[in-house]
Amino acid sequence: MKFLKSLFFYLGLFIIIIPTVFVFYWMISGGFKTQLQIISSPPVFFFEPNIKNYIEVITQHNFGLYMWNSFVVAALSTLVALLVGIPAGYSISRFRMRTSVFLLTVSRMVPFVSYLMPWFITFRRWGLIDSYTGLTLAHLIVNMPIVVLLMSTFFEEVPYELEEAAEIDGASKVNVFKYVSLPLARNGVITSAILSFVFSWNQFLFSLILSGPRTQTVPIAVFNFMTYEEIAWGGLLAAATMITLPVLILTIFIHKYIVRGLTLGALKG
Amino acid sequence: MLKRNTTLKWILLSPAFALTGILIAYPLAYNFYLSFHSWYGSATRLPRFEGFSNYIATLSDPRFWNSIRVTIVFTILALGIEIVAGFFIALYINREFRGKNFIKALFVFPFAATPVAIALVWRNMYDPTLGVINYFVSLIGRVQPVEWLTKPHLVIPSLAFVDIWQWTPLVVLICMAGLEGLPREPIESAQIDGASKWQIFRRIIFPLMGPTLIAATMIRSWDVIKVFDIIYVMTAGGPGFASENLNIYIYNTAFFYFNMGYASSMMVILFAIVLGFNIILYQLTKRGNEKS
Repeated sequence: MKFLKSLFFYLGLFIIIIPTVFVFYWMISGGFKTQLQIISSPPVFFFEPNIKNYIEVITQHNFGLYMWNSFVVAALSTLVALLVGIPAGYSISRFRMRTSVFLLTVSRMVPFVSYLMPWFITFRRWGLIDSYTGLTLAHLIVNMPIVVLLMSTFFEEVPYELEEAAEIDGASKVNVFKYVSLPLARNGVITSAILSFVFSWNQFLFSLILSGPRTQTVPIAVFNFMTYEEIAWGGLLAAATMITLPVLILTIFIHKYIVRGLTLGALKG
Repeated sequence: MLKRNTTLKWILLSPAFALTGILIAYPLAYNFYLSFHSWYGSATRLPRFEGFSNYIATLSDPRFWNSIRVTIVFTILALGIEIVAGFFIALYINREFRGKNFIKALFVFPFAATPVAIALVWRNMYDPTLGVINYFVSLIGRVQPVEWLTKPHLVIPSLAFVDIWQWTPLVVLICMAGLEGLPREPIESAQIDGASKWQIFRRIIFPLMGPTLIAATMIRSWDVIKVFDIIYVMTAGGPGFASENLNIYIYNTAFFYFNMGYASSMMVILFAIVLGFNIILYQLTKRGNEKS
C-alpha cells in the first residue's frame, strides 16, 4: 500500500515536470538535428546527433564576438552593481531606511521602456549608442536595485551583537565590515553577483535599442538571425542552447536563494 | 543598530543614490515632462508643450484600447493560471521525498533561461506544419493543423501559455517556501480533532498562505503586465495587432514612429495601471490582516 502510494506520487511528479524537461530537451536536441530531421513529419525524437549546426553558427556568424560582448557587459554591470550596491545594502540594513527600499521596489514596477527612451535620446547625443559604456549603464538600471535590496536582507541576518563585540575589541568600522559582516553575508554576495550577471546576460529590450554592430549581445544576435534570413531552425536552436547553458549552470549554484532574489528579498526560499 | 551614525550612513549610500538618481529618477522625470509635449525625436525641432493633448489622444486611439485589452486578457490568463497552478503543485510536492532538491533546481530553469531562447523554441514548437505541438494534437485525432500564433483569437492564449510555462515554477517555489514555514501545531491539533483534509486546507492552510499568495501575485504582476521579450520575438504583436500589448505598442510608438511625446504619456498610463493594481492588492492584504 505504501509502495503503491509513493508510486502514484512519483507518477504525478513525473507529469508535472514533463513540460519543463521537454522544452529544454527539444531545444538541445534540435541543435543536433539536420534540417531534414527538423522538418520531418512526424517529428524525430531519437536520432544520431551531429554537430554541424554548432560549427556553422560559431564559424559563419561571428558568434564568438556576440558572446564576448554579452560577457563584457554582464561582467562590467555586475561589478559596478556590487561595488555600489553592497555598501548601500549594508547601510539600509543597519539604519532601517524604509523609504529607500520602497523607492527601489517601485523602480522595478516601472515599464522598462520608460528608462530606455530618455537614455536612447541622451546616449545618441553623447555618442554612447553601440558602446560598452552605454550598455553597462543601461543594464545597471535593472541590476543595481536588485543588488541593494538583496544585500540589505542578507546583512539583516548578520547579528549586530557580533559587530559590536568586534568593535569593543578595538576593530575599526572598516575592519568590522571587512572581516565580520561581509564574510557572513557571503551567500548574499554570490547570489547578487550571479543574479545580476544572469539578468544582464538575458537582457533583451535595452540591448535591442542601445547596442549596434560592434556591441551586439547574443540575444539580439540570435533575434536577428531569425528575422533576416529564412529560418534555419537547426542553427537557431544550437545558438539558443549556447546562450542558455551558461545561465542554467550559474543558477544551479544559487537555486536555494532564487526565490529571495526574484522577490527582491521580500520572500525567503 | 539604532546608533544613528548619519555620516557613515550617507557615505555608504551616496554612490547608490547618485547612480539611482541619474539612471532611474532622471528618465522618469524626463518621461513625465515629455508626456505633455509633442516631439518626434528630432535634434533641431525641440519638444513643443501641448498640455494634456497626448493623454486626450489616447482616448480616441483604437490601437491604444486594443493594446489595453490585450494587456488585460494576457494578464488575467497568465497571472490567474500561474498562481492557482503554482499553489496546487506546491501543495502536491510539499512533503519529504527523494529528489526534492533536484526538482527545486529544475524548477529554476524555465524562468532563469534566456527569454529569447525560450521564445525561439516555442515558436518552433508552435509552427503549424513542422511544430511538435501540432504533432501531439494530431495524435489525439485532429487532422487540420492549428495555427497557434497566426489566428487572432488563439494568439494571446498561446503566448500566455509560454509565460505560464516559464513562471509557474517560480510560484511553486514561492509557495513551497511559504508552506515549509507554516506552523505545525494548528494542523496537527486539527488532525487529532478529526478534521478532514479538505477542512484543514480550507480553514488553516489556505488562510495562512494568503499573504504568500498575494505577495506572489504582486511580484508576478509587475512583469506580466509589461511582458515584452516573449511577444516581440514570437509574433512582434501580430497577426495585425492581435497580440500587441501596451508595452509593445509603446515601444513601437517610441522607436518605430518616433512619436516620443505620445509614447511617454502611455508609459505614464502603464505605470499608473501597475501601481494601481499593486495598491489594490496591498489594501486587500491589510484588510485580510485586520480581520484575522
